[in-house]
Amino acid sequence: MKFSHLGLIALSALLLVPASGALPARAAVTELTNVSYDPTRELYDQYNKAFVQYYKKKTGQDITVVQSHGGSSKQARAVIEGNEADVVTLALASDITAIEHAGLIKAGWQKTFPNNSSPYTSTIVFLVRKGNPKGLKDWGDLAKPGIGVITPNPKTSGGARWNYLAAWAWADKQYNKDEKAVLDYISKLFGNVLVLDTGARGSTNTFVKNGQGDVLLAWENEAYLAIAERPGEFEIVTPPLSILAEPPVAIVDGVADKRGSRALATEYLNYLYSDEGQRIAGKNFYRPSNPKIAEEFSKIFDLKVKLITIDDPLFGGWDKTQKAHFEDRGIFDKIYTKK
Amino acid sequence: MASASKRIIPGFGLSFGLTLAYLGLIVIIPMSFIAIKSSGLGWSAFWDTVLDPRILAGYRVSFSSALIAALINSVFGLILAWALTRYRFPGRRVIDALIELPFALPTAVAGIALTSLYSDKGWIGKELAVFGLKVAYTELGIIVALTFITIPFVVRSVQPVLEQLDGVYEEAGRILGASPGRIFLRIIFPEITPALLTGFGLAFARALGEYGSVIFIAGNMPFKTEIAPLLIMSKLEQFNYAEATAVALVMLVASFIIMFAINCIQARAAAFVKE
Repeated sequence: MKFSHLGLIALSALLLVPASGALPARAAVTELTNVSYDPTRELYDQYNKAFVQYYKKKTGQDITVVQSHGGSSKQARAVIEGNEADVVTLALASDITAIEHAGLIKAGWQKTFPNNSSPYTSTIVFLVRKGNPKGLKDWGDLAKPGIGVITPNPKTSGGARWNYLAAWAWADKQYNKDEKAVLDYISKLFGNVLVLDTGARGSTNTFVKNGQGDVLLAWENEAYLAIAERPGEFEIVTPPLSILAEPPVAIVDGVADKRGSRALATEYLNYLYSDEGQRIAGKNFYRPSNPKIAEEFSKIFDLKVKLITIDDPLFGGWDKTQKAHFEDRGIFDKIYTKK
Repeated sequence: MASASKRIIPGFGLSFGLTLAYLGLIVIIPMSFIAIKSSGLGWSAFWDTVLDPRILAGYRVSFSSALIAALINSVFGLILAWALTRYRFPGRRVIDALIELPFALPTAVAGIALTSLYSDKGWIGKELAVFGLKVAYTELGIIVALTFITIPFVVRSVQPVLEQLDGVYEEAGRILGASPGRIFLRIIFPEITPALLTGFGLAFARALGEYGSVIFIAGNMPFKTEIAPLLIMSKLEQFNYAEATAVALVMLVASFIIMFAINCIQARAAAFVKE
């Protein structure tokens, strides 16, 4: 009796040993997987079509691009846990750095492509209701009593970290680096937040469809999409000072080398910097990194806005900012320690 | 072991072995993985994590709203099951089929739909706002979502028992002059109590872990409407696996204790019925 127990347990344990084996050899790579974040859906939809055509013309080869979207950090985690992405195009450098720490991307990836490996940029703007009834013009207005602010939670949404940092950058200037005054402002601002959604699309939904709040802190491209979807209901207010959001791209070395897709992946990301790639970004309300192409879209983008970067001495890069502001028990958590 | 080798029904070794293997593969190994991951934290860091005031607030929101939702469904699920088994009316089959719908719907869709209905600009929320009642973006909203998600459990647990209830005892009670209320309390209710407890337990457990629908309707404000599964997710977003699993481990242990207690009560109730 006892023997048959053990036998079965041993047998089931055997079944658990993962089937390990050599990977089958692959022919010329014709498929490329791009793991991206949520608001680039429309952008890569168009870009992939353009790239497939371009590649066919150049090499005569038909390829397909497999596209995946989701929250930026979630997507990074999926890649770390084995989702075979040849390239990642995410919202934050820190998400790609997390993949680097997992050993899948080589250090120094941010120097591989021009402009910190960010083919397009964006910034944080205010989406307000038609006619701007509360007269919101600048960051200071958002902390006034009685204003309802909608933003995703910086802890769960990569995009929302830019919202928080843009507000911080403004306050730092406004209060001459007086950290106590800056914290006070940020606390008041987040005290005005009515709903902390987990992601950018959730917040847009809360503000646009469910009619909550007076202002949505949004990426410029998300704000334009909302306006395109419901014309005549909203306005965009670009504050005089905001932050330069640089969503970076990278080749996942671990995957590309294994699949032999490095050449194709490099071509794919390089083409984002071509005139056509830049124009597709602009049409989807991302600011082209090429200043000449950006100028073509000067009617859409307020190119005069002063933009602070994450590498500004105020922040000192993502690693430092992430630790100081967003990690558990960091500055952002302090806002919410006591209700 | 001596008693085990003398069992009258053959096949205990085989079925017990299979039970262990199956449970091990599907439940125990993934669960122990959680314990192992969180053990990377060390003792004091573990307690610092799970006793953080914000995490404690998250547990409170999660457990209290799951409990209330399961209680609501115990009452109304029983009434639903009663109506569906005891009465014949047009559209009964349609209603019967509707019960399972919350299971089929992706929870995120349910959350978004409920939020747009119950926000103060939505169809239902607008009417409730007149009375100063705010549903979406409050704990009430969380309870609404959880009640929606877990409605099938109680109905489907109680329904078969009600269907198979032998009418002779009720008839005997009636002949002996018992009032309808007394018949329900003394004859019917004890019969369905084990099933009702099962349904309650299932609904409670499911509600406790629900994430997809709640995050849309909750508002997710720290200390007020932030559920524990969201806190786990937000730790995962920061690639902080150890703390995330620590919070999850506490939830698991707490729910296991609760489920175990419900199972014990249920076994007693079932034994009572057999007598």
